[in-house]
Amino acid sequence: MIEFKNVFKQYSDDIIASNDINIRIDQGEFVYVVGPSGAGKSTFIKMMYHEEQATSGEITVNNFQLQTMKPKEVPFLRRDLGIVFQDFKLLPRLTIFENIAYALEVIEKEPAEIKERVDYVLDLVDLADKSDKFPEELSGGEQQRIAIARAVANKPEVLIADEPTGNLDPETSDDIMAILEKVNKQGTTVIMATHNSIIVNKYPHRLLAIEDGRIARDEEGGKYGYENENV
Amino acid sequence: MKMRTFKRHLGESVKSLRRNGWMSVAAISAVTVTLILVGVLLSILMNVNKLASDVENDVQVRVFVERKTTKNQQDTLKKKLESYSEVKKVTFSSKKEQLQQVVGSYGNEFKLFGGDDNPLYDTFDVQTKEPKQTEQVAKKAKTLDYVNDASFGGTSAKKLFKVVGSIQKWGMIISALLLFVAVFLISNTIRITILSRRNEIGIMRLVGATNGFIRWPFLLEGAWTGLLGAIIPIALVDFGYIWIYNGLQASLASTSYRLLTPGTFLAEIDLLLISIGIVIGALGSFVSMRRFLKI
Ligand SMILES: Nc1ncnc2c1ncn2[C@@H]1O[C@H](COP(=O)(O)OP(=O)(O)O)[C@@H](O)[C@H]1O
Ligand SMILES: [Mg+2]
Repeated sequence: MIEFKNVFKQYSDDIIASNDINIRIDQGEFVYVVGPSGAGKSTFIKMMYHEEQATSGEITVNNFQLQTMKPKEVPFLRRDLGIVFQDFKLLPRLTIFENIAYALEVIEKEPAEIKERVDYVLDLVDLADKSDKFPEELSGGEQQRIAIARAVANKPEVLIADEPTGNLDPETSDDIMAILEKVNKQGTTVIMATHNSIIVNKYPHRLLAIEDGRIARDEEGGKYGYENENV
Repeated sequence: MKMRTFKRHLGESVKSLRRNGWMSVAAISAVTVTLILVGVLLSILMNVNKLASDVENDVQVRVFVERKTTKNQQDTLKKKLESYSEVKKVTFSSKKEQLQQVVGSYGNEFKLFGGDDNPLYDTFDVQTKEPKQTEQVAKKAKTLDYVNDASFGGTSAKKLFKVVGSIQKWGMIISALLLFVAVFLISNTIRITILSRRNEIGIMRLVGATNGFIRWPFLLEGAWTGLLGAIIPIALVDFGYIWIYNGLQASLASTSYRLLTPGTFLAEIDLLLISIGIVIGALGSFVSMRRFLKI
């Protein structure tokens, strides 16, 4: 469960990226966060994994109270979250297998269990044959699938994705969406920021529209109509 | 930390050392250069220490006994000398023994001085607890009954103590400076590798790695760097020292001074170089990493 209460985020005097956000996302939901560039989508999402801290207000993620959380606890918050980025963020020096294994080594899993789990998620994203390659040897779409595999490897409660299809062509984007829906069906909450209206309308889910740092709309199965020129 | 996690960090550090290629070579070279200097300096310092203690043991007061002194009077004098708090040991040496020694080393011309013609004095050789006390004891001994004269190593010993003292002091200062420079060099070299990994460290944190989890492989990599950097210095110092030791042995044979024997001494130096290498390597990565692991 994720809950924002009266959350403000101010970067400077004239930049208010979050303006009184009140929202509640329950376990197992699939939520789009949409809005034009600079609206405050990334800020909203970064506050969930404590990359940015709210200027005021209360944020609850799983069982963590973020505004009173100690720096030491941040890694533990993130172990219950899977995070996926527009630029994939794979570790360039590690092989695909090692990249996914890293997220499991961090929580001190046994090697045998790690191997089993990595093989499982590689199957899930249908890239078992790339296990010994390095990230730069994969296409963008493949790297993003690996990033998702890594994000779900330790069975997080929530998968957070910031414009995961932003750098990908439409077909590849469909592959990514298929994987995200599959993960969601297994009970993981999925929160995805995007300004791709085709995807939002093709795979309807709860829609949060952010404009100038405010939640402008919050609709189940909502359509996303503007900014089509950005697709 | 679980054992398997430590194993994982060890494996990771070796892998990273290999994958970093030339950067690793550069960091290892920095350690190598420093440890060669430190190793040479340490060998000199420790031998100077040895020399100093050889000299110290050599320094004593020689008390010359008046010629017409009875056995009883000599005993009284010996007791008197032994009663000084600075005195460790008093040994009697008769003029007859001394003459034999002189004859032994300088030849038969001295044989003419037999019996009462012996020009030498009976002496008491007095060892003090501290070498510095020789001067004071000699002065006191001069004023005693039955004493003809008393001498001590004197100014030459004093000078030597001064020289040894300053060699030790400067050796320590230079070693400390060298080690400081080494940590700086290594941390700079490692900083470059870490700088290029700044993004990676950010990613590691995003997937829930604690600072300790991120730090360990880097620390171990630094330790490996130090360990590998110690190999050449150890070989150089070991072979060099044995060579010098064998070369100097002949010329030192006639003196009471000896260099430290290579066996245990080199084992100590090797161990020290390895430890210093590991510590400065790990310290180097620790210093350069601190900035990236603030939060
Ligand atoms: N670290 C930052 N420092 C200052 N301003 C920022 C920072 N991050 C984002 N902003 C500003 O906050 C606003 C919202 O940005 P962001 O959350 O990235 O929007 P979006 O993801 O919707 O494009 C923008 O005006 C952006 O310039
Ligand atoms: Mg953004």
